[in-house]
Amino acid sequence: MTDRPVPLDPPVLLGAAVPLDPAVAPPGTRDFRDAGGLPASGWRADQAEQTLVPTHCCFCGVQCGMYLRVNAAGKVFGVEPRNHDINRMRLCPKGINAYQQVNHPDRLTAPLLRRSREEPFREVGWEEALTYTVEEVRRIQREHGVDAFGLLGGASLFSEKTYLVGKFARVALKTRHVDYNGRLCMVSAAGANKLAFGIDRAANPFSDILRTDCLLIAGSNVGECFPVMTQYVWGARDRGAKLIVVDPRETAVARTADVHVALKSGTDSAFFNAVLHVIVQDGLTDEAFLAAHATGWPELKAKVAEYPPERSAAICGVPAEQIVQVARLFGTAGRAMAWHARGIEHHTQGVENCLSVINLCAATGNLGRPGAGYGTITGQGNGQGGREHGQKSDLLPGGRSINDPEHRRQIAGIWGIEETELPQAGTSMMEMVWQMQRREIRGLIGICNNPFVSLPNYAVVKDGYDKLEFHAQFDFFLSETSANAHVVFPVTTWAEDEGVMANAEARVVKHNKAQEPPSGVRTDTWVMCELARRLGVGDKFDFAGSREVFDELRRASAGTVIDYYGITYERLEETGGIAWPCPDTAHPGTPRLFEDGRTYHPDGKVHLQVVEWHPPADPYDDEYPMTLTTGRTVAHFLSGNQTRRLGALVEQTPRPWVEVHPSHGFRNGEAVRVVTRRGASVLPALVTEAIRADHVFVPYHWPHPVAANALTNDALDPRSKIPEYKVCAVRIERAEQLDPVPAPPMPPGREAYPEAQHSRSDPLPPTAPQGRGTAERG
Amino acid sequence: MLGRTIFIDPGRCIGCQACVSACRECDSHRGKSMIHLDYPDEGRSVASLPTVCMHCEDPVAPCAEVCPADAILITADGVVQEADPTRCIGCANCVNACPFGVPKIDLESKLQMKCNLCYDRTSYGLAPMCATVCPTGALFYGSLEELQAERPGVDVSTMFAFGDVTVSTGVAMVVPAEQRAAPLPGGLPAGGLLVADVLAGTVGDGSRSDGRPAGGQADRGRPDGGPADGGPPAGGLLRVIEVNGRPTPGNGAPA
Ligand code: SF4
Ligand code: SF4
Ligand code: SF4
Repeated sequence: MTDRPVPLDPPVLLGAAVPLDPAVAPPGTRDFRDAGGLPASGWRADQAEQTLVPTHCCFCGVQCGMYLRVNAAGKVFGVEPRNHDINRMRLCPKGINAYQQVNHPDRLTAPLLRRSREEPFREVGWEEALTYTVEEVRRIQREHGVDAFGLLGGASLFSEKTYLVGKFARVALKTRHVDYNGRLCMVSAAGANKLAFGIDRAANPFSDILRTDCLLIAGSNVGECFPVMTQYVWGARDRGAKLIVVDPRETAVARTADVHVALKSGTDSAFFNAVLHVIVQDGLTDEAFLAAHATGWPELKAKVAEYPPERSAAICGVPAEQIVQVARLFGTAGRAMAWHARGIEHHTQGVENCLSVINLCAATGNLGRPGAGYGTITGQGNGQGGREHGQKSDLLPGGRSINDPEHRRQIAGIWGIEETELPQAGTSMMEMVWQMQRREIRGLIGICNNPFVSLPNYAVVKDGYDKLEFHAQFDFFLSETSANAHVVFPVTTWAEDEGVMANAEARVVKHNKAQEPPSGVRTDTWVMCELARRLGVGDKFDFAGSREVFDELRRASAGTVIDYYGITYERLEETGGIAWPCPDTAHPGTPRLFEDGRTYHPDGKVHLQVVEWHPPADPYDDEYPMTLTTGRTVAHFLSGNQTRRLGALVEQTPRPWVEVHPSHGFRNGEAVRVVTRRGASVLPALVTEAIRADHVFVPYHWPHPVAANALTNDALDPRSKIPEYKVCAVRIERAEQLDPVPAPPMPPGREAYPEAQHSRSDPLPPTAPQGRGTAERG
Repeated sequence: MLGRTIFIDPGRCIGCQACVSACRECDSHRGKSMIHLDYPDEGRSVASLPTVCMHCEDPVAPCAEVCPADAILITADGVVQEADPTRCIGCANCVNACPFGVPKIDLESKLQMKCNLCYDRTSYGLAPMCATVCPTGALFYGSLEELQAERPGVDVSTMFAFGDVTVSTGVAMVVPAEQRAAPLPGGLPAGGLLVADVLAGTVGDGSRSDGRPAGGQADRGRPDGGPADGGPPAGGLLRVIEVNGRPTPGNGAPA
């Protein structure tokens, strides 16, 4: 078989409905244009030898184990399932295709530089890029003060690198303005966990799901966003557990749930308050547990008394009986468990929504036992680890507070600086963009993030970034954000460096290096250390690589709640992962929290919090009567800068769509303009009964002009500062022409790998939210 | 049924297409994916259905029977192999004969390609790629005993009715217990169609050719193969969902 397509008629290649020439194709056949190109179909059976390098997936918070296949030339060329206990060889389509990024033709291999946005990028040497960056940092900080320069990190970085982001900001840039893209992901859960438990992580491991009698999943499309976690959900049901799913859409896990609560987006806390109301009324609370282990119960009880099912039913748009049904299922289960994700967290009352779920678990005594507990599912691979060690605007390593004088002294001591030199708390990612608009922040370095796709209200984001006098990004593919920068540093993929990530269970796992980076590419660690050296603090950034950073991180976290001291690379390789806290090298780690009934507050109690529901920030009116909610699809990841370049994933889901209920009268594939107060986008309709009639859904992995985040609202939760991605007011109208799906950005003179981009111009929505069926492909 | 085989449980399938991507990585047909993944309840639910070669046993693989070049060989272990490229003439008889719509013709090479149960893996005791990675166990590889050890009480079927003809297969489908005795309606998952419908001929042969069920709903059964709650609504047409009137758009849970 040849590799190159033979020159058939283009319509044949595109799979259009033309009669096939019988000389070419016999009657009854369908060609299949499969995901094209390197390396999958470019591979030949000439791999005389291969090495399997054990590592984990770079994408979501499940952190499935995998082997990367490395050929005799030392290049990654494939993937092989790995029997790690998290995933038992299972992988989702993102994990299977992840390896194709490593030797992808779209990789950046030389620094890009331009002195103004009017010029095109040119490839330069590292010396020139680093020198120019340092000059600009110095100039901006000299003219406008140290805080006029900001740093934004990311939660897909190894923990070592996230630690360095925090240290680089405070010690090298000496700025208070540092934050990271986990701010867009799960800070609401973090805030709720801290308030209720004094510790920020899921309380139970995935394996506890198999032992539960009742599993409640709130605001999580587990099947698409955490596919491999589904094995635990189905495993629980195989053993007789009841499944309750709370989601405005009928997702793959909601489809066969015992109860699917299709509530209106933005009404979660009203729903959970009412559930607790019924639990109290039916006498299903665990008063002994509450008396011994909780504070604030009388106040909470009084508050939920104000939420009878009828009231919440009207708010949530679900029948009151369903609230009663959920309360009885959850309240009478021997062991019940709740897991939630962005669906309840991405709200202006995200923290409160999470608290209302915690209240439910605590009031029924479902904490700290096998099969009974609470968890929050981290979105990014290192969503958990990324928020632990100091790249968050108000946190220092070990989850220490930057506002606590004692914590400041400890970290200043470890970093070898004066406590007074340590900057104060900064602002959140979205607030930093507003500060860029106001020119309070004039220079920025972004590492491992793509806010042009991932932040809400694109118009504001673009304006903020355009006002920057200097902007540098670290990336391995040119993202939409990098394409707007002055300097782009080409850095390694996860397979070209080693380091740790903490998954949704707070289990720290080790990623191993599978190949050398392409020439011209450096590790993020090297770039940060080199910039620090040039900024005059090289002695504090004397790290040869991840291993040395991890040793400092371990010391910096020792004695805190987030204690990594007992975790070493060697132990991680022996055990397959250790859950923190792990205070010494003989400690087995802590897979399940609160087993002794004590939380991490000084009094050891669960601090129950009163929650009052309030409507979403964006008001409904005659012009914007419906609800827009956003989320992910299984084939793509976050801002899509990685997955929109992988042929198989583009073939599965080439473009975004708007999901609408049939009652609105659109035909499948019709162009629909989705309009909010912030923007409009024309997308093909995916008409389905699996969404509430008063909601529309748009997946967010694509850039302007088909960006969901050109539509979403940049209103923030006052406590966690998470944007309200999951609900805003919208109207839909018939449109003439679809907005085009842009190609992934490339440096001047280069084109995004064409074989992976074949179907990007497909005007049709996918067959289902999970993608195009194989029969529907060309 | 083959001794160790694939068990398909569409009730567990989340439609993620990991199987489609994984099939492409298998060394025996690297770069091409042989598995089919359809969303048969399009417009109504996100239900999804994987189709691998069923490795038909009785009658002996229809694809092989009709092959004029004797290119489709069946190994002693019962696996119906991909057409032998030195014999295949690309006539597509097999494509038209297969009741499950499995084989494809690669128009580039004008050769048939189809699922061979990842023979390069299964012959060494490994599971096929699709069943190895499937995040949900919708595709399970092993013996019936191994399946039942993991999923107590699960029932399977290897009989599929196409009009008057019943095909028994090497690959098995997980079914609700009451479906076990009767053949399944033409390759469709169980639960959504009544056996009576099949006997009355509402499911014609070749019903899979457009990737959609010939009538009624896809499986809304529980992943454990238990009975579908309430069964499909009469007519299987669009159901009107009121905003507040119906708690569970589409999953048939009690209101
Ligand atoms: S479930 Fe998550 S970690 Fe596992 S393969 Fe998919 S993206 Fe990777
Ligand atoms: S991998 Fe499994 S769950 Fe995913 S589409 Fe295939 S059969 Fe379904
Ligand atoms: S399912 Fe189709 S391809 Fe497979 S053995 Fe049967 S007839 Fe042949």
